[in-house]
Amino acid sequence: MDILLQQVINGLVLGSVYALVALGYTMVYGIINLINFAHGEVLMVGALTSWSVIGLMQEALPWAPGWLVLLLSMLIACVVSAALNFVIEKVAYRPLRNAPKLATLITAIGVSLLLQTLAMIVWKPNVKVYPTLLPSEPYAIGGAVITPTQLLILALTAVSLAVLMWLVHATKLGRAMRATAENPRVAALMGVKPDLVISATFVIGAVLAAIAGVMYAANYGTAQHTMGFLPGLKAFTAAVFGGIGNLGGAVLGGILLGLIESIGSGYIGTLTGGVLGSNYADIFAFVVLIVILTLRPSGLLGERVADRA
Amino acid sequence: MNNPFAPDAPRGTRIAAWLVAALLLLALPHGLQYFGNAWVRIADLALLYVMLALGLNIVVGYAGLLDLGYVAFYAVGAYLFALLASPHLSENFAFIAAHFPNGVHLSLWLVIPIAAVVAAFFGALLGAPTLKLRGDYLAIVTLGFGEIVRIFMNNLDRPINLTNGPKGIGEIDSVKFFGLNLGKRLSITDDYDIPAVTLYYYLFLALVIVSIVICSRLQDSRIGRAWMAIREDEIAAKAMGLNTRNLKLMAFAMGASFGGVSGAMFGAFQGFVSPESFSLMESVMIVAMVVLGGIGHIPGVVLGAVLLSSLPEVLRYVAGPLQQMTGGRLDASILRQLLIALAMIAVMLIRPRGLWPAPDHGRVLEAKT
Repeated sequence: MDILLQQVINGLVLGSVYALVALGYTMVYGIINLINFAHGEVLMVGALTSWSVIGLMQEALPWAPGWLVLLLSMLIACVVSAALNFVIEKVAYRPLRNAPKLATLITAIGVSLLLQTLAMIVWKPNVKVYPTLLPSEPYAIGGAVITPTQLLILALTAVSLAVLMWLVHATKLGRAMRATAENPRVAALMGVKPDLVISATFVIGAVLAAIAGVMYAANYGTAQHTMGFLPGLKAFTAAVFGGIGNLGGAVLGGILLGLIESIGSGYIGTLTGGVLGSNYADIFAFVVLIVILTLRPSGLLGERVADRA
Repeated sequence: MNNPFAPDAPRGTRIAAWLVAALLLLALPHGLQYFGNAWVRIADLALLYVMLALGLNIVVGYAGLLDLGYVAFYAVGAYLFALLASPHLSENFAFIAAHFPNGVHLSLWLVIPIAAVVAAFFGALLGAPTLKLRGDYLAIVTLGFGEIVRIFMNNLDRPINLTNGPKGIGEIDSVKFFGLNLGKRLSITDDYDIPAVTLYYYLFLALVIVSIVICSRLQDSRIGRAWMAIREDEIAAKAMGLNTRNLKLMAFAMGASFGGVSGAMFGAFQGFVSPESFSLMESVMIVAMVVLGGIGHIPGVVLGAVLLSSLPEVLRYVAGPLQQMTGGRLDASILRQLLIALAMIAVMLIRPRGLWPAPDHGRVLEAKT
């Protein structure tokens, strides 16, 4: 059964990345009902920023241990992504707060295209090799293996989730966020500043996306200006899968999606007698999504949406 | 500004305005020809996008169903034509080769209805499981559907070779009807002939005009009004006795049929189809055309489609000098993409209801999908 165990481990790692990104989608959606199409690009900017920082650090501080370089570069990537998302919200989304919903969607698509182009100008279009900073010697678990990078991904996801839950459920900002998601106007009457809360939401979402981006690049060993698209799409799928607007749902959706994808692509060859290969891996996410949404139109943990759409 | 096309303009002015517009449209390819065939090609593709945008407008603009997988129907039409009009099927399937030793070659009069019907079937197929979904849930499911279609196109070369995978299908026939082959230049006199791109221009123009007529008739029909009722308030529409399920399916099927025809024409025009032409970005661009132009408003949608499809190509020529100004640091294609992205953001910030939104006569409420 070691293949299964291995696929479960890979699925959990992949799923954690999806979950982190899905949280950003779901938080933004919960508050301003916007599918932030540019969220995957924030992940990409995070990954490429950390790549640059690593390059600089390896030259300036050649003695620094790999884990320190990785974490420092991640920190800077988080700051850059957060600042970027803050500006995007202010410039591109805020003026459209009361516009028809599709207008904001198109702006978000424009921002996504813009970020990809800017990244192409800043970082050039070629594929970058993301350096291996952690030891590559894997640990054995049962009949399967897990690399230190993968372990770090799982650990970081757990820590990020714990911090986020604390932030949302135990702080004043979190209460303001939940209130704004419920009803921005009433929240404003209660002394909450919705603009501030929305900015905070974008900043938090960007930090999570940057962490995910750095880990994604570290795990696959490459980074490029187009790398945000597919994880972004999958994470969005995960958010909807779990019930968009619901934080727990985003995590559940992300992890499940990662597992389904990894186990599915591991077994599809043997199940179909070699007719379908692992090149169909990307199909699982969407097929499962369609089936789930047909059975549960508002996602796994989503509340029944009133006629709001 | 007095609109000479408006129904309340004097009859003479109106007829004159339409005549001038018609003449301009007919003369356009000959004018563009002066600058080279590439420009006529841009016009041809723009017309195909107008058709696509009009079809999507039925789904998004009239019925209020956000469809992010619309390009799937374009792909269905293109692949359908590619399979029927290229040697691919005969080369790969013995029983087809036995019946059609020279490949299946269809006339335009069969291609268009077949493409429309097959795409409409796929439209209903997509619509059926999504009937209970609303808004963004619908958007993501349609997006998933588009991706599934693309992944299949990319991988159906094994175990049976249906789509030839990422390599795509080539050697597709050009459109033929009444003994006229649109793939060859048409000689009028010894020293004057009309090149293939211009012939296609007229075919596409005719199809676009038919589409516009269908759309504007639909808009004022009982079905069109029922769609708009669903868009504004589905529950109220249902309470008024409308069969929302059938109406939504019909919107999906109707919109898809436009995409199918447009796709078949694309296949014939290019002579080659591959999964690359049907990416998610393409779907997104078609949605952008509809929204950028003015959702639910036919002239707006046409404007949006023409602008977004031709702008990138035209910018190719503008981007060259700009590139030299930046000392060759910026690639022309990068600059182009940059300008499009900025344009999308800027237009939406300045005119969130689109460049040419539907006039408010109290009838058309704001689209709030």
